[in-house]
Amino acid sequence: MTGIARKWGESIAVAEHSEHIVSPVVYMGIFLALLVGTGLTVWAAFQNFGPFNIVIALGIASIKATLVVLYFMHARYSPKRTQLVIVCAIFWLAIMLSLTLADYQTRNRRLSHLVSAAAIYRT
Amino acid sequence: MHRTGELYGQFQTLEQQKESSTLGMWIFLVTEVLFFGGMFLTYTINRHDYFTAFGIGSNTLDIRLGTINTAVLIMSSLTMAMAVWSAQVGKKQLVTGFLIATLALGSVFLGIKVVEYKQKFDHHLIPGRGFDVWYLVDNAQPQTEIERKQLADEREELHKATLTDPDIQSHAQLYFSLYFAMTGLHALHMIVGAGLLIWLIKVSLRGRFTPKYNTPVEIVGLYWHFVDIVWIYLFPLLYLIDRHR
Repeated sequence: MTGIARKWGESIAVAEHSEHIVSPVVYMGIFLALLVGTGLTVWAAFQNFGPFNIVIALGIASIKATLVVLYFMHARYSPKRTQLVIVCAIFWLAIMLSLTLADYQTRNRRLSHLVSAAAIYRT
Repeated sequence: MHRTGELYGQFQTLEQQKESSTLGMWIFLVTEVLFFGGMFLTYTINRHDYFTAFGIGSNTLDIRLGTINTAVLIMSSLTMAMAVWSAQVGKKQLVTGFLIATLALGSVFLGIKVVEYKQKFDHHLIPGRGFDVWYLVDNAQPQTEIERKQLADEREELHKATLTDPDIQSHAQLYFSLYFAMTGLHALHMIVGAGLLIWLIKVSLRGRFTPKYNTPVEIVGLYWHFVDIVWIYLFPLLYLIDRHR
């Protein structure tokens, strides 16, 4: 390996010399939390919270997903580089969702409108 | 490719090799997030526009089977995480055991999914010419008084839904198209995961996974947990849209 490549290789190699082993007790705890979360989601779905039903459902799902990422997928014990990749995934997803939904919200887009608009245009 | 034992030529140490593989897997998972994200986006827009039809569609799903499947998948994530742990602490037989358990639970999930899909076929809820949201209400044979009352409620609900959304037949098909696309894509990922697990079990039976070298278990684990996360969102979004009445 030459110059820069060698330097990079070494800095990565040196940074990750110790591996964090998550104990089965933690895994069991997360597993139980996920089961409780599932039960809670089902229970909440049968209550009438008006517009907040979906907020609660997605909130619980996001807490569950976060637990899976942090502990089952070891993100909490991963190097900063990996954590940055995860944050990027969430960020890009947020861009895709928010910009597209903002566009749909602010546009007259019902198919029937388009069809009638086309009909007017033709005459 | 040149390699010394478990270490491929382009890496200096096993740690660096594992680190690179894990990072690569995470980057693949980012693309997967955006891949599934597109479907969730389509779902959100249509659910917003045709909420009544989506509620009617969602209420035909079997909530018991859905909840059981969620628990099964979470348990499979636990056994997968335990397989990684077993490899890290050098318990070779446990690695194989936990991998087999994960594969078994994954198969149970897919089996239950097959039962659910079969029900949708029987109830004429597959998008296409035979589709009919009224089929269940029109063809059910209630035996008990409770069932008769339930059926009357469902009929009433459908009537009300038709008043709010006259074209409920096509909009309910939209719901079921998304239901099959999303759960189908998820199931496809499960099948790929099952294939990867079979490969891991074969390698594990040869005693290859040790505290020093367990990268394949770790990165298949990442994939498996990701598929679990997709289901964690799919379950409330598809099964629990409009349950409170």
